Amino acid sequence: MSRRPYIRPVQRSTWWLKQPRYIRYMAREVSSAFLCAYSLVIVVGLIRLAQGEAAYDAYLQALWGNGGQILTLFTLVFAAYHTYSWFQVTPKAMPLRRAGKPLAGSIIVGAHWFGFLVASALIIYLVGM
Amino acid sequence: MSGDTIQLEIFRYDPEKDAEPYFATYEVPFHDDWVILDAINYVKENLDRTVAYRWSCHMAVCGSCGMVVNGEPVLSCHTFMRDYKDKIRVEPLQNFPVERDLIVDIDDFVEKLGSVKPYIVAKEERSVDDGPYTQSPEELSMFKQYTQCINCLLCYSACPQYSLNADFIGPAALALAHRYNIDSRDVGRAARQDVVASNPGIWECSFVGACSDVCPKTVDPAAAIQQTKIASTVDYFKDFLMPWRKQ
Repeated sequence: MSRRPYIRPVQRSTWWLKQPRYIRYMAREVSSAFLCAYSLVIVVGLIRLAQGEAAYDAYLQALWGNGGQILTLFTLVFAAYHTYSWFQVTPKAMPLRRAGKPLAGSIIVGAHWFGFLVASALIIYLVGM
Repeated sequence: MSGDTIQLEIFRYDPEKDAEPYFATYEVPFHDDWVILDAINYVKENLDRTVAYRWSCHMAVCGSCGMVVNGEPVLSCHTFMRDYKDKIRVEPLQNFPVERDLIVDIDDFVEKLGSVKPYIVAKEERSVDDGPYTQSPEELSMFKQYTQCINCLLCYSACPQYSLNADFIGPAALALAHRYNIDSRDVGRAARQDVVASNPGIWECSFVGACSDVCPKTVDPAAAIQQTKIASTVDYFKDFLMPWRKQ
């Protein structure tokens, strides 16, 4: 009897379409690209702000016109998904314990959302001042 | 499902006869209380004696009957027929070479498992007369979930990183390395780091999390790997900020 193991081909570019969990993973990873792009847009805004009022007004006009709202909306949706998907997995990376017993994952995830809301409220308050 | 039977498609590959694998379809009785393994056993006993597969305990303990059923890695003894509607397609575990039919070659895993020293590296040897290494229930609870691993390799079958890069040490081996690293009786962490904290080790993992989703013993290898990443990162910064602490 001879050995002749069969090696199944790997679908290097389409593997992530095989399972919903792989698609969710890819969505989480791809969402970071939108966050990165939007961070660059904000950095450009800071540069334009430093250049004076006229430059900043032109930046704002460019951001909100010419389909800029769609980019912003897209980024908001992806940022929300990115935040949600990473918060969901935080209990795996930080298994906190209290009084010698593991803390429930829902408490760890909830604490992240609470921190997120407090930080957002603080920023809104400071910007509104 | 038609009447009291269901179609069972089994991946077939005979290295002595077949150039390529193919699926053979068998009509098997449908029983609410049958698991997939019962259906395959029915085929073996009544329809085709040449079907090759591994199994032993029939109670999710031995870890030898892992297969891919309708695209999902499962223990075939732990998966009921009643959860499938029309057709059941059984394949060998993904990401391993197929020896014959549903049997895969797991040598790669066995080698990698050995490389992470999956055993207690004790500070000092104790003789039988010295008695056992003692441990509190709290110390045990730190790693107990990881001791449930039965090496069934469903996690390797589900892991896209292992599929794309065969050098990856993989979920079960890294989870077991973590299990010993956080065992209060063990001092082997530094000896494991060369393999565990290397690129093919924890850093190849991009936290897809599929390993934990499919684990039949809720071991959660993804959690073990992320915690190892954090511990290794802390090591790096400690070494960077306090170079004198390096041995």
